[in-house]
Amino acid sequence: MIRCLLGMVLLAVSALAIAAIDTYEFESEAQRQRFYELSGELRCPKCQNQNIADSNAPIATDMRREVHRLLQEGESDEAIVDFMVSRYGDFVRYRPGLTSQTMVLWFAPVLFLVVGVAVLLVLVRRRRRVPDAQNRHLSEDEQQQLRDLLDKKGSND
Amino acid sequence: MRKVLLLIPLAIFLVLAGFFLHTLWSKSQQEGPASASIELPSPLIGKPFPEFSLPSVEEGGQVITEEDLKGQPALVNVWATWCVACRVEHPVLNRLAEQGVVIHGVNYKDDTAAARNWLRDFHDPYQLDVADTEGRLGIDLGVYGAPETYLIDAEGIIRYKFIGVIDDRVWESKLGPRYQALLDGEQP
Repeated sequence: MIRCLLGMVLLAVSALAIAAIDTYEFESEAQRQRFYELSGELRCPKCQNQNIADSNAPIATDMRREVHRLLQEGESDEAIVDFMVSRYGDFVRYRPGLTSQTMVLWFAPVLFLVVGVAVLLVLVRRRRRVPDAQNRHLSEDEQQQLRDLLDKKGSND
Repeated sequence: MRKVLLLIPLAIFLVLAGFFLHTLWSKSQQEGPASASIELPSPLIGKPFPEFSLPSVEEGGQVITEEDLKGQPALVNVWATWCVACRVEHPVLNRLAEQGVVIHGVNYKDDTAAARNWLRDFHDPYQLDVADTEGRLGIDLGVYGAPETYLIDAEGIIRYKFIGVIDDRVWESKLGPRYQALLDGEQP
């Protein structure tokens, strides 16, 4: 039973894995690897939430073809990404480059971390001060006041 | 001090919510409720029309290059017979062409014979019609869905890009004024 279920799950997963396969030939295994990395990193402008490796949209097919052509021509990964960005805009990058427009994107998490740590430090310091307050001895006046209050409460019963 | 700290998450939330609301609002103002997908800004605005050398859709037509598009402000309309929305747009283009608007076509990833039939049946608004069967010019133009329309000036610089169907509203509010401005700017 379990084996059958496992088989079915694997079958379903394998169908996903071959969703978009083109018959491209590569000069080397390294080049093939670069092709997969690039097409995994470039975003399909039409479907907007898929990379061009996963998408079956015609535009994604064309973009894969272009990536393959540029690889064959010996272009660097950076040049290929720039090629796509110069045509489709920053949108096609799943890993946005560092420009004045993407500063917030890159540094906001760091900022949030710093703010978070600062808040945490302040809170921890505050906590540490609390036990001191509990151990503090009451002054003579305060003890008198406390006794009065307790007496009052007792007499009300 | 402690009370102020407690307000920080609320403040962050308000800033973020304001930011999202602003973006959402300005987007919907820009595009109107009719547009279905998010429009990407084209990095080609202000850049020259990409170089190309492709045959004409016209039977026995000459090879067209980007040089042929220069000389006057024009619309470059990316279309295809497989594109349903292009069919909706076509009568509008016909009407604009009749009014004297210069429109060139890029027949994108299409069968040229089918394109000829289409133009014979539905009238041909295009002065030049480039047959981009492979979609290579489309890649250089950053086309990701037909119909898309580029506005170029007399020097062949791309000034504006519109994604989607051109209707009267779009022409009057977006493309028309820009086209007119280019025409006016040309006259000394």
